[in-house]
Amino acid sequence: MRKHFTAARLAMLFVALLPWTETVAQADEARLILTGSSTIAPLAAEIGKRFETLNPGIRIDVQSGGSSRGISDARSGIADIGMVSRAPNPGESDLKFFGVARDGVSIILHRDNAVASLTDAQITGIFKGNITDWKDVGGKAGRITVVNKAEGRSTLELFLNYFKFKNSEIKAQVVIGDNAQGIKTVAGNPGAIGYVSIGAAEFEAGQGTPIKLLPMSGVAPSVENVRNGSFPLSRPLNFVTKREPQGSARRFIDFARSKNVNELIKAEYFAPLAE
Amino acid sequence: MIRVLAVASTAAACILVLIVLFMLREAWPVLQRVGFLRFLSDPAWHPAEGLYGLTPMLAASLAIAAGAVLLAGPFGVASAVFVRFYAAAPLASAFRWALLLLAGLPSVVLGLWGLTVLVPMIGRIEPPGASLIAGVLVLALMILPTIALTTEAALDAMPGSYLRGAAALGLSRESTILGVILPAVKGSIMAGVLLSAARALGETVVLLMVTGNVVQLPASLFDPVRALTANIALEMAYAMGDHRAALFVSGLMVALLVLLFVLVSRRLGGGWSFNV
Repeated sequence: MRKHFTAARLAMLFVALLPWTETVAQADEARLILTGSSTIAPLAAEIGKRFETLNPGIRIDVQSGGSSRGISDARSGIADIGMVSRAPNPGESDLKFFGVARDGVSIILHRDNAVASLTDAQITGIFKGNITDWKDVGGKAGRITVVNKAEGRSTLELFLNYFKFKNSEIKAQVVIGDNAQGIKTVAGNPGAIGYVSIGAAEFEAGQGTPIKLLPMSGVAPSVENVRNGSFPLSRPLNFVTKREPQGSARRFIDFARSKNVNELIKAEYFAPLAE
Repeated sequence: MIRVLAVASTAAACILVLIVLFMLREAWPVLQRVGFLRFLSDPAWHPAEGLYGLTPMLAASLAIAAGAVLLAGPFGVASAVFVRFYAAAPLASAFRWALLLLAGLPSVVLGLWGLTVLVPMIGRIEPPGASLIAGVLVLALMILPTIALTTEAALDAMPGSYLRGAAALGLSRESTILGVILPAVKGSIMAGVLLSAARALGETVVLLMVTGNVVQLPASLFDPVRALTANIALEMAYAMGDHRAALFVSGLMVALLVLLFVLVSRRLGGGWSFNV
Protein backbone atom coordinates (compact mmCIF):
# COMPACT_ATOMS: atom_id res chain seq x y z
CA MET A 1 0.00 0.00 0.00
CA ARG A 2 2.53 2.50 1.17
CA LYS A 3 4.90 1.71 -1.62
CA HIS A 4 2.20 2.21 -4.21
CA PHE A 5 1.18 5.42 -2.67
CA THR A 6 4.69 6.83 -2.71
CA ALA A 7 5.32 5.60 -6.25
CA ALA A 8 2.12 7.18 -7.53
CA ARG A 9 2.93 10.41 -5.79
CA LEU A 10 6.44 10.41 -7.15
CA ALA A 11 5.10 9.86 -10.65
CA MET A 12 2.61 12.69 -10.24
CA LEU A 13 5.29 14.95 -8.89
CA PHE A 14 7.59 14.06 -11.73
CA VAL A 15 4.95 15.00 -14.29
CA ALA A 16 4.13 18.18 -12.43
CA LEU A 17 7.76 19.22 -12.29
CA LEU A 18 8.62 18.45 -15.91
CA PRO A 19 8.09 22.00 -17.20
CA TRP A 20 9.70 23.51 -14.12
CA THR A 21 13.01 21.74 -13.95
CA GLU A 22 14.69 24.85 -12.62
CA THR A 23 12.56 24.69 -9.48
CA VAL A 24 13.55 21.12 -8.67
CA ALA A 25 16.43 22.18 -6.46
CA GLN A 26 14.10 24.38 -4.51
CA ALA A 27 11.50 21.62 -4.16
CA ASP A 28 14.19 19.30 -2.88
CA GLU A 29 15.03 21.76 -0.17
CA ALA A 30 11.47 21.73 1.08
CA ARG A 31 11.28 17.97 1.35
CA LEU A 32 10.63 16.33 4.68
CA ILE A 33 11.52 12.69 5.14
CA LEU A 34 9.74 10.67 7.82
CA THR A 35 10.69 7.08 8.57
CA GLY A 36 9.83 4.61 11.30
CA SER A 37 6.86 2.92 12.92
CA SER A 38 4.46 1.22 10.52
CA THR A 39 1.68 2.08 12.98
CA ILE A 40 2.21 5.79 12.54
CA ALA A 41 3.15 5.74 8.85
CA PRO A 42 -0.43 5.65 7.46
CA LEU A 43 -1.45 8.51 9.75
CA ALA A 44 1.67 10.53 8.92
CA ALA A 45 0.99 10.05 5.21
CA GLU A 46 -2.57 11.36 5.63
CA ILE A 47 -1.40 14.34 7.67
CA GLY A 48 1.37 14.88 5.12
CA LYS A 49 -1.11 14.94 2.27
CA ARG A 50 -3.14 17.63 3.97
CA PHE A 51 -0.02 19.57 4.90
CA GLU A 52 1.14 19.50 1.26
CA THR A 53 -2.11 21.01 0.00
CA LEU A 54 -1.91 23.75 2.60
CA ASN A 55 1.80 24.38 1.91
CA PRO A 56 2.51 24.07 -1.80
CA GLY A 57 6.17 23.43 -2.48
CA ILE A 58 6.72 21.22 0.52
CA ARG A 59 6.88 17.50 -0.01
CA ILE A 60 6.38 14.94 2.75
CA ASP A 61 7.91 11.49 2.18
CA VAL A 62 6.78 8.76 4.55
CA GLN A 63 8.52 5.39 4.78
CA SER A 64 7.78 2.68 7.31
CA GLY A 65 10.32 0.30 8.81
CA GLY A 66 9.63 0.05 12.51
CA SER A 67 10.15 2.28 15.54
CA SER A 68 13.84 1.33 15.85
CA ARG A 69 14.44 2.58 12.33
CA GLY A 70 12.67 5.82 13.27
CA ILE A 71 15.07 6.29 16.16
CA SER A 72 18.22 5.46 14.21
CA ASP A 73 17.24 7.46 11.11
CA ALA A 74 16.41 10.53 13.19
CA ARG A 75 19.68 10.18 15.04
CA SER A 76 21.79 9.76 11.89
CA GLY A 77 19.94 12.50 10.04
CA ILE A 78 18.69 10.20 7.24
CA ALA A 79 15.18 11.23 8.26
CA ASP A 80 14.11 14.71 9.29
CA ILE A 81 11.52 13.18 11.58
CA GLY A 82 11.45 9.67 13.01
CA MET A 83 8.18 7.92 13.89
CA VAL A 84 8.26 5.95 17.13
CA SER A 85 5.24 4.15 18.58
CA ARG A 86 6.42 3.82 22.18
CA ALA A 87 7.59 5.97 25.07
CA PRO A 88 11.24 7.11 24.97
CA ASN A 89 13.78 4.61 26.36
CA PRO A 90 16.37 5.81 28.90
CA GLY A 91 19.14 5.90 26.27
CA GLU A 92 17.22 8.24 24.00
CA SER A 93 17.40 11.49 25.95
CA ASP A 94 19.52 13.00 23.14
CA LEU A 95 16.37 13.05 20.93
CA LYS A 96 13.32 15.28 21.08
CA PHE A 97 9.97 13.45 21.35
CA PHE A 98 6.70 15.03 20.22
CA GLY A 99 3.47 13.18 21.02
CA VAL A 100 1.03 13.15 18.11
CA ALA A 101 -1.62 10.70 19.28
CA ARG A 102 -2.12 7.61 21.44
CA ASP A 103 -2.96 4.08 20.41
CA GLY A 104 -5.00 1.83 22.68
CA VAL A 105 -6.09 -1.80 22.47
CA SER A 106 -9.10 -3.25 24.23
CA ILE A 107 -9.99 -6.86 24.98
CA ILE A 108 -13.40 -7.54 23.51
CA LEU A 109 -15.99 -10.24 24.28
CA HIS A 110 -19.44 -11.01 22.92
CA ARG A 111 -22.09 -8.84 24.58
CA ASP A 112 -23.91 -11.92 25.95
CA ASN A 113 -20.81 -13.20 27.73
CA ALA A 114 -21.42 -13.17 31.51
CA VAL A 115 -17.79 -12.29 32.26
CA ALA A 116 -17.49 -8.60 33.15
CA SER A 117 -13.74 -8.34 33.70
CA LEU A 118 -10.58 -10.42 33.54
CA THR A 119 -7.29 -10.06 35.37
CA ASP A 120 -4.04 -9.88 33.41
CA ALA A 121 -3.19 -13.38 34.67
CA GLN A 122 -6.51 -14.74 33.40
CA ILE A 123 -6.02 -13.12 30.00
CA THR A 124 -2.51 -14.59 29.81
CA GLY A 125 -3.90 -18.03 30.73
CA ILE A 126 -6.61 -17.81 28.09
CA PHE A 127 -4.30 -16.70 25.28
CA LYS A 128 -1.66 -19.30 26.18
CA GLY A 129 -4.30 -22.05 26.14
CA ASN A 130 -4.10 -22.91 29.86
CA ILE A 131 -7.67 -21.75 30.42
CA THR A 132 -10.06 -23.08 27.78
CA ASP A 133 -13.50 -22.82 29.38
CA TRP A 134 -15.39 -19.70 30.45
CA LYS A 135 -16.52 -21.38 33.69
CA ASP A 136 -12.91 -21.22 34.92
CA VAL A 137 -12.97 -17.43 34.87
CA GLY A 138 -16.45 -16.93 36.31
CA GLY A 139 -18.57 -17.23 33.19
CA LYS A 140 -21.08 -19.75 31.90
CA ALA A 141 -19.61 -23.09 30.81
CA GLY A 142 -18.52 -22.98 27.18
CA ARG A 143 -15.39 -23.31 25.12
CA ILE A 144 -13.28 -20.18 24.72
CA THR A 145 -12.43 -19.11 21.19
CA VAL A 146 -9.18 -17.13 21.17
CA VAL A 147 -9.05 -14.57 18.36
CA ASN A 148 -5.50 -13.42 17.61
CA LYS A 149 -4.11 -10.89 15.14
CA ALA A 150 -1.91 -11.80 12.18
CA GLU A 151 1.82 -11.39 12.46
CA GLY A 152 3.11 -7.86 11.83
CA ARG A 153 0.03 -5.97 13.07
CA SER A 154 0.74 -3.17 15.51
CA THR A 155 -2.14 -4.18 17.80
CA LEU A 156 -0.48 -7.60 18.14
CA GLU A 157 2.84 -5.96 18.95
CA LEU A 158 1.27 -3.78 21.64
CA PHE A 159 -0.61 -6.76 23.07
CA LEU A 160 2.51 -8.96 23.17
CA ASN A 161 4.59 -6.18 24.73
CA TYR A 162 2.07 -5.61 27.45
CA PHE A 163 1.55 -9.26 28.39
CA LYS A 164 5.22 -10.16 27.80
CA PHE A 165 4.85 -13.23 25.63
CA LYS A 166 5.78 -14.31 22.15
CA ASN A 167 3.31 -14.78 19.35
CA SER A 168 4.25 -18.46 19.08
CA GLU A 169 3.02 -19.00 22.65
CA ILE A 170 -0.52 -17.91 21.80
CA LYS A 171 -2.92 -20.79 21.16
CA ALA A 172 -5.43 -19.13 18.87
CA GLN A 173 -8.54 -20.65 17.27
CA VAL A 174 -9.01 -17.79 14.85
CA VAL A 175 -6.43 -15.42 13.36
CA ILE A 176 -7.70 -12.20 11.86
CA GLY A 177 -6.34 -9.28 9.89
CA ASP A 178 -7.95 -5.92 10.55
CA ASN A 179 -10.05 -4.61 13.41
CA ALA A 180 -13.32 -4.88 11.49
CA GLN A 181 -12.81 -8.59 10.89
CA GLY A 182 -11.96 -9.11 14.56
CA ILE A 183 -15.10 -7.33 15.68
CA LYS A 184 -17.28 -9.35 13.27
CA THR A 185 -15.68 -12.60 14.42
CA VAL A 186 -16.32 -11.86 18.10
CA ALA A 187 -19.83 -10.55 17.37
CA GLY A 188 -20.65 -13.86 15.66
CA ASN A 189 -19.30 -16.13 18.40
CA PRO A 190 -20.57 -15.88 22.01
CA GLY A 191 -17.48 -17.74 23.29
CA ALA A 192 -14.90 -15.56 21.60
CA ILE A 193 -12.27 -13.27 23.10
CA GLY A 194 -10.20 -10.92 20.98
CA TYR A 195 -8.45 -7.58 21.05
CA VAL A 196 -8.77 -4.62 18.68
CA SER A 197 -8.07 -0.90 18.57
CA ILE A 198 -10.21 0.87 21.15
CA GLY A 199 -11.39 3.50 18.67
CA ALA A 200 -12.79 0.84 16.35
CA ALA A 201 -14.35 -1.21 19.17
CA GLU A 202 -15.96 1.80 20.83
CA PHE A 203 -17.42 2.93 17.53
CA GLU A 204 -18.85 -0.51 16.66
CA ALA A 205 -20.26 -1.10 20.15
CA GLY A 206 -21.95 2.31 19.89
CA GLN A 207 -23.49 1.21 16.58
CA GLY A 208 -25.15 -1.75 18.32
CA THR A 209 -22.72 -4.49 17.33
CA PRO A 210 -23.00 -7.19 20.06
CA ILE A 211 -19.55 -6.81 21.57
CA LYS A 212 -18.34 -5.42 24.88
CA LEU A 213 -15.03 -3.88 25.83
CA LEU A 214 -13.35 -5.12 29.00
CA PRO A 215 -11.74 -2.79 31.55
CA MET A 216 -8.03 -3.36 32.17
CA SER A 217 -6.82 -3.27 35.79
CA GLY A 218 -10.03 -1.46 36.67
CA VAL A 219 -9.63 1.31 34.09
CA ALA A 220 -12.60 1.68 31.74
CA PRO A 221 -11.75 1.14 28.07
CA SER A 222 -12.47 4.41 26.28
CA VAL A 223 -10.74 6.66 23.81
CA GLU A 224 -10.74 9.29 26.56
CA ASN A 225 -8.72 7.04 28.91
CA VAL A 226 -6.32 6.22 26.10
CA ARG A 227 -5.90 9.94 25.45
CA ASN A 228 -5.11 10.80 29.07
CA GLY A 229 -2.77 7.81 29.32
CA SER A 230 -4.56 6.06 32.19
CA PHE A 231 -5.57 3.00 30.16
CA PRO A 232 -2.81 0.40 30.64
CA LEU A 233 -2.93 -1.26 27.23
CA SER A 234 -1.99 1.88 25.32
CA ARG A 235 1.07 3.62 23.96
CA PRO A 236 2.11 7.03 22.70
CA LEU A 237 2.71 7.69 19.00
CA ASN A 238 5.64 10.06 18.71
CA PHE A 239 7.51 12.14 16.19
CA VAL A 240 11.21 12.25 17.01
CA THR A 241 13.88 14.73 15.93
CA LYS A 242 17.58 15.03 16.64
CA ARG A 243 17.57 18.76 17.44
CA GLU A 244 14.91 21.29 18.19
CA PRO A 245 13.07 21.25 14.84
CA GLN A 246 13.30 24.30 12.58
CA GLY A 247 11.47 25.63 9.52
CA SER A 248 9.19 23.24 7.69
CA ALA A 249 9.86 20.37 10.11
CA ARG A 250 8.72 22.58 12.98
CA ARG A 251 5.63 23.63 11.07
CA PHE A 252 4.78 20.05 10.14
CA ILE A 253 5.12 18.80 13.72
CA ASP A 254 3.02 21.68 15.03
CA PHE A 255 0.42 20.93 12.38
CA ALA A 256 0.34 17.21 13.29
CA ARG A 257 -0.16 18.14 16.94
CA SER A 258 -2.92 20.68 16.26
CA LYS A 259 -6.60 19.88 16.39
CA ASN A 260 -6.81 20.47 12.63
CA VAL A 261 -5.86 16.82 12.15
CA ASN A 262 -8.02 15.30 14.88
CA GLU A 263 -10.43 13.70 12.44
CA LEU A 264 -7.52 12.18 10.50
CA ILE A 265 -6.27 10.67 13.76
CA LYS A 266 -9.72 9.36 14.63
CA ALA A 267 -10.06 7.84 11.16
CA GLU A 268 -7.04 5.65 11.98
CA TYR A 269 -8.71 4.70 15.32
CA PHE A 270 -6.14 6.54 17.42
CA ALA A 271 -6.85 9.01 20.22
CA PRO A 272 -5.91 12.62 19.40
CA LEU A 273 -4.06 14.62 22.05
CA ALA A 274 -5.03 18.15 21.03
CA GLU A 275 -8.24 19.51 22.57
CA MET B 1 -5.59 -8.33 -37.73
CA ILE B 2 -3.26 -11.22 -37.04
CA ARG B 3 -0.54 -8.75 -36.17
CA VAL B 4 -2.77 -7.02 -33.62
CA LEU B 5 -3.67 -10.33 -32.05
CA ALA B 6 -0.05 -11.39 -31.99
CA VAL B 7 1.01 -8.17 -30.26
CA ALA B 8 -1.82 -8.40 -27.74
CA SER B 9 -1.17 -12.02 -26.87
CA THR B 10 2.58 -11.53 -26.68
CA ALA B 11 2.07 -8.57 -24.37
CA ALA B 12 -0.22 -10.61 -22.12
CA ALA B 13 2.24 -13.49 -22.03
CA CYS B 14 5.15 -11.16 -21.32
CA ILE B 15 3.32 -9.52 -18.43
CA LEU B 16 2.63 -12.95 -16.94
CA VAL B 17 6.28 -13.95 -17.27
CA LEU B 18 7.33 -10.63 -15.75
CA ILE B 19 5.01 -11.16 -12.79
CA VAL B 20 6.52 -14.58 -12.12
CA LEU B 21 10.03 -13.16 -12.49
CA PHE B 22 9.14 -10.36 -10.11
CA MET B 23 7.87 -12.85 -7.54
CA LEU B 24 11.06 -14.86 -7.93
CA ARG B 25 13.18 -11.76 -7.46
CA GLU B 26 11.29 -10.73 -4.33
CA ALA B 27 11.46 -14.25 -2.92
CA TRP B 28 15.10 -14.77 -3.86
CA PRO B 29 16.84 -13.32 -0.74
CA VAL B 30 15.05 -15.68 1.60
CA LEU B 31 15.23 -18.64 -0.77
CA GLN B 32 18.97 -18.18 -0.92
CA ARG B 33 19.49 -17.71 2.80
CA VAL B 34 16.99 -20.21 4.13
CA GLY B 35 16.69 -22.62 1.23
CA PHE B 36 13.53 -23.91 -0.35
CA LEU B 37 13.41 -27.14 1.65
CA ARG B 38 13.04 -25.37 4.96
CA PHE B 39 9.77 -23.91 3.73
CA LEU B 40 8.50 -27.49 3.65
CA SER B 41 10.33 -28.86 6.68
CA ASP B 42 10.13 -26.08 9.30
CA PRO B 43 7.78 -27.08 12.12
CA ALA B 44 5.85 -23.81 12.26
CA TRP B 45 5.20 -20.47 10.60
CA HIS B 46 6.63 -17.71 12.78
CA PRO B 47 8.56 -15.55 10.32
CA ALA B 48 9.36 -13.02 13.04
CA GLU B 49 11.10 -15.82 14.92
CA GLY B 50 12.80 -17.31 11.86
CA LEU B 51 10.46 -20.26 11.23
CA TYR B 52 9.02 -20.55 7.73
CA GLY B 53 7.06 -23.83 7.56
CA LEU B 54 4.48 -23.62 4.78
CA THR B 55 3.47 -27.30 4.77
CA PRO B 56 0.36 -26.89 6.97
CA MET B 57 -0.88 -24.10 4.71
CA LEU B 58 -0.09 -26.10 1.59
CA ALA B 59 -2.08 -28.99 3.03
CA ALA B 60 -4.92 -26.65 4.01
CA SER B 61 -5.09 -25.09 0.54
CA LEU B 62 -5.21 -28.51 -1.10
CA ALA B 63 -7.74 -29.85 1.41
CA ILE B 64 -10.07 -26.90 0.92
CA ALA B 65 -9.83 -27.10 -2.86
CA ALA B 66 -10.32 -30.87 -2.84
CA GLY B 67 -13.29 -30.64 -0.48
CA ALA B 68 -14.92 -27.91 -2.53
CA VAL B 69 -14.45 -29.89 -5.76
CA LEU B 70 -15.76 -33.14 -4.23
CA LEU B 71 -18.84 -31.27 -3.04
CA ALA B 72 -19.46 -28.99 -6.01
CA GLY B 73 -18.47 -31.52 -8.70
CA PRO B 74 -21.41 -33.95 -8.40
CA PHE B 75 -23.89 -31.11 -7.83
CA GLY B 76 -22.51 -29.13 -10.75
CA VAL B 77 -22.60 -32.05 -13.17
CA ALA B 78 -26.04 -33.09 -11.94
CA SER B 79 -27.45 -29.61 -12.40
CA ALA B 80 -26.00 -29.43 -15.94
CA VAL B 81 -27.60 -32.77 -16.83
CA PHE B 82 -30.85 -31.60 -15.27
CA VAL B 83 -30.88 -28.36 -17.24
CA ARG B 84 -29.94 -30.09 -20.49
CA PHE B 85 -32.12 -33.21 -20.41
CA TYR B 86 -34.86 -32.94 -17.79
CA ALA B 87 -35.93 -29.37 -17.08
CA ALA B 88 -38.72 -27.73 -19.07
CA ALA B 89 -37.49 -24.79 -21.13
CA PRO B 90 -38.62 -21.95 -18.79
CA LEU B 91 -37.27 -23.75 -15.73
CA ALA B 92 -33.98 -24.51 -17.48
CA SER B 93 -33.51 -20.89 -18.43
CA ALA B 94 -34.38 -19.65 -14.93
CA PHE B 95 -31.93 -22.16 -13.49
CA ARG B 96 -29.22 -21.06 -15.90
CA TRP B 97 -29.74 -17.41 -14.90
CA ALA B 98 -29.47 -18.32 -11.26
CA LEU B 99 -26.18 -20.08 -11.96
CA LEU B 100 -24.85 -17.09 -13.89
CA LEU B 101 -25.84 -14.81 -11.04
CA LEU B 102 -24.05 -17.05 -8.55
CA ALA B 103 -21.01 -17.12 -10.81
CA GLY B 104 -20.97 -13.32 -10.94
CA LEU B 105 -21.34 -12.79 -7.20
CA PRO B 106 -18.21 -11.00 -5.93
CA SER B 107 -16.29 -13.33 -3.67
CA VAL B 108 -16.12 -10.73 -0.91
CA VAL B 109 -19.93 -10.81 -0.68
CA LEU B 110 -19.90 -14.59 -0.30
CA GLY B 111 -17.15 -14.18 2.27
CA LEU B 112 -19.14 -11.67 4.27
CA TRP B 113 -22.12 -13.99 4.18
CA GLY B 114 -19.88 -16.82 5.32
CA LEU B 115 -18.44 -14.76 8.15
CA THR B 116 -21.72 -13.42 9.50
CA VAL B 117 -24.12 -16.32 8.78
CA LEU B 118 -22.38 -19.60 8.04
CA VAL B 119 -19.51 -19.36 10.56
CA PRO B 120 -21.78 -18.60 13.56
CA MET B 121 -24.07 -21.48 12.44
CA ILE B 122 -21.15 -23.92 12.37
CA GLY B 123 -19.93 -22.39 15.64
CA ARG B 124 -23.12 -23.50 17.37
CA ILE B 125 -22.38 -27.10 16.39
CA GLU B 126 -18.64 -27.01 17.08
CA PRO B 127 -16.86 -23.79 18.10
CA PRO B 128 -15.11 -21.69 16.88
CA GLY B 129 -17.02 -22.07 13.60
CA ALA B 130 -14.33 -20.56 11.43
CA SER B 131 -12.97 -23.81 10.04
CA LEU B 132 -11.93 -26.01 7.16
CA ILE B 133 -15.56 -27.02 6.57
CA ALA B 134 -16.68 -23.37 6.39
CA GLY B 135 -14.06 -22.75 3.69
CA VAL B 136 -15.09 -25.88 1.79
CA LEU B 137 -18.79 -24.95 1.86
CA VAL B 138 -18.34 -21.36 0.70
CA LEU B 139 -15.84 -22.31 -2.00
CA ALA B 140 -18.09 -25.12 -3.22
CA LEU B 141 -20.81 -22.54 -3.67
CA MET B 142 -18.38 -20.36 -5.59
CA ILE B 143 -17.14 -22.98 -8.05
CA LEU B 144 -20.43 -24.84 -8.54
CA PRO B 145 -21.58 -22.50 -11.33
CA THR B 146 -18.24 -22.90 -13.14
CA ILE B 147 -18.52 -26.67 -13.08
CA ALA B 148 -22.19 -26.61 -14.10
CA LEU B 149 -21.60 -24.18 -16.97
CA THR B 150 -18.50 -25.97 -18.37
CA THR B 151 -20.31 -29.31 -18.14
CA GLU B 152 -23.30 -27.88 -19.95
CA ALA B 153 -21.04 -26.48 -22.65
CA ALA B 154 -19.45 -29.91 -23.02
CA LEU B 155 -22.88 -31.53 -23.32
CA ASP B 156 -23.88 -29.01 -25.97
CA ALA B 157 -20.72 -29.67 -27.94
CA MET B 158 -21.35 -33.41 -28.05
CA PRO B 159 -22.15 -34.73 -31.55
CA GLY B 160 -25.90 -35.30 -32.07
CA SER B 161 -25.21 -38.72 -33.56
CA TYR B 162 -24.49 -40.11 -30.07
CA LEU B 163 -28.00 -39.23 -28.95
CA ARG B 164 -29.60 -40.54 -32.13
CA GLY B 165 -27.60 -43.74 -31.88
CA ALA B 166 -28.70 -44.25 -28.29
CA ALA B 167 -32.30 -43.58 -29.26
CA ALA B 168 -32.04 -46.07 -32.14
CA LEU B 169 -30.81 -48.69 -29.68
CA GLY B 170 -33.93 -48.05 -27.62
CA LEU B 171 -32.01 -46.94 -24.53
CA SER B 172 -33.92 -45.20 -21.76
CA ARG B 173 -33.04 -41.61 -20.91
CA GLU B 174 -31.21 -42.71 -17.74
CA SER B 175 -29.09 -45.30 -19.58
CA THR B 176 -28.37 -42.83 -22.37
CA ILE B 177 -27.08 -40.25 -19.88
CA LEU B 178 -25.14 -42.65 -17.67
CA GLY B 179 -23.91 -45.06 -20.36
CA VAL B 180 -23.37 -42.85 -23.40
CA ILE B 181 -23.32 -39.14 -22.71
CA LEU B 182 -21.35 -38.83 -19.48
CA PRO B 183 -18.59 -41.24 -20.61
CA ALA B 184 -18.36 -39.31 -23.88
CA VAL B 185 -17.78 -35.94 -22.23
CA LYS B 186 -15.88 -37.27 -19.20
CA GLY B 187 -12.65 -35.58 -20.24
CA SER B 188 -14.21 -32.17 -20.70
CA ILE B 189 -16.01 -32.42 -17.38
CA MET B 190 -12.79 -33.33 -15.62
CA ALA B 191 -11.05 -30.41 -17.29
CA GLY B 192 -13.74 -28.03 -16.08
CA VAL B 193 -13.55 -29.49 -12.58
CA LEU B 194 -9.78 -29.07 -12.46
CA LEU B 195 -10.00 -25.52 -13.75
CA SER B 196 -12.42 -24.67 -10.98
CA ALA B 197 -10.11 -26.42 -8.52
CA ALA B 198 -7.36 -24.09 -9.70
CA ARG B 199 -9.69 -21.18 -9.05
CA ALA B 200 -10.45 -22.56 -5.59
CA LEU B 201 -6.73 -22.74 -4.88
CA GLY B 202 -6.25 -19.11 -5.83
CA GLU B 203 -9.27 -17.81 -3.92
CA THR B 204 -8.24 -15.53 -1.07
CA VAL B 205 -10.70 -13.11 0.47
CA VAL B 206 -13.37 -15.70 1.18
CA LEU B 207 -10.93 -18.02 2.91
CA LEU B 208 -9.41 -15.18 4.88
CA MET B 209 -12.85 -14.46 6.27
CA VAL B 210 -14.17 -17.94 7.07
CA THR B 211 -11.35 -20.41 7.74
CA GLY B 212 -9.94 -18.95 10.95
CA ASN B 213 -6.37 -18.58 9.61
CA VAL B 214 -4.65 -20.66 12.27
CA VAL B 215 -1.54 -22.28 10.83
CA GLN B 216 -1.96 -25.98 11.62
CA LEU B 217 -2.57 -29.33 10.02
CA PRO B 218 -6.31 -29.88 10.49
CA ALA B 219 -7.27 -32.94 12.54
CA SER B 220 -10.96 -32.56 11.77
CA LEU B 221 -13.26 -30.67 9.44
CA PHE B 222 -14.07 -28.25 12.27
CA ASP B 223 -10.48 -27.18 12.85
CA PRO B 224 -9.45 -23.69 11.72
CA VAL B 225 -6.82 -23.64 8.98
CA ARG B 226 -4.91 -21.04 6.98
CA ALA B 227 -4.67 -21.19 3.20
CA LEU B 228 -1.50 -20.11 1.38
CA THR B 229 -3.32 -17.25 -0.31
CA ALA B 230 -4.92 -16.04 2.91
CA ASN B 231 -1.46 -16.03 4.47
CA ILE B 232 -0.28 -13.51 1.90
CA ALA B 233 -3.31 -11.26 2.28
CA LEU B 234 -3.15 -11.37 6.08
CA GLU B 235 0.48 -10.49 6.52
CA MET B 236 1.70 -8.67 3.41
CA ALA B 237 0.54 -5.22 4.49
CA TYR B 238 2.96 -5.09 7.42
CA ALA B 239 5.66 -7.54 6.41
CA MET B 240 9.28 -6.52 5.94
CA GLY B 241 12.57 -8.13 5.01
CA ASP B 242 12.66 -11.92 5.14
CA HIS B 243 9.06 -12.09 6.27
CA ARG B 244 7.95 -10.29 3.13
CA ALA B 245 10.18 -12.45 0.94
CA ALA B 246 8.74 -15.57 2.58
CA LEU B 247 5.26 -14.40 1.63
CA PHE B 248 6.40 -14.22 -1.98
CA VAL B 249 7.49 -17.84 -1.61
CA SER B 250 3.89 -18.71 -0.62
CA GLY B 251 2.79 -16.84 -3.73
CA LEU B 252 5.16 -18.82 -5.92
CA MET B 253 3.86 -22.02 -4.40
CA VAL B 254 0.26 -21.13 -5.22
CA ALA B 255 1.29 -20.22 -8.76
CA LEU B 256 3.07 -23.55 -9.14
CA LEU B 257 0.05 -25.51 -7.89
CA VAL B 258 -2.32 -23.66 -10.20
CA LEU B 259 0.01 -24.23 -13.13
CA LEU B 260 0.06 -27.93 -12.33
CA PHE B 261 -3.72 -28.11 -12.18
CA VAL B 262 -4.12 -26.24 -15.46
CA LEU B 263 -1.60 -28.50 -17.21
CA VAL B 264 -3.38 -31.63 -15.99
CA SER B 265 -6.80 -30.29 -16.91
CA ARG B 266 -5.52 -29.42 -20.37
CA ARG B 267 -4.26 -32.97 -20.77
CA LEU B 268 -7.58 -34.42 -19.71
CA GLY B 269 -9.63 -32.08 -21.85
CA GLY B 270 -7.60 -32.98 -24.93
CA GLY B 271 -6.54 -29.39 -25.45
CA TRP B 272 -9.07 -26.58 -25.25
CA SER B 273 -11.61 -28.44 -27.35
CA PHE B 274 -14.71 -27.48 -25.40
CA ASN B 275 -16.25 -24.04 -25.52
CA VAL B 276 -16.38 -22.38 -22.15
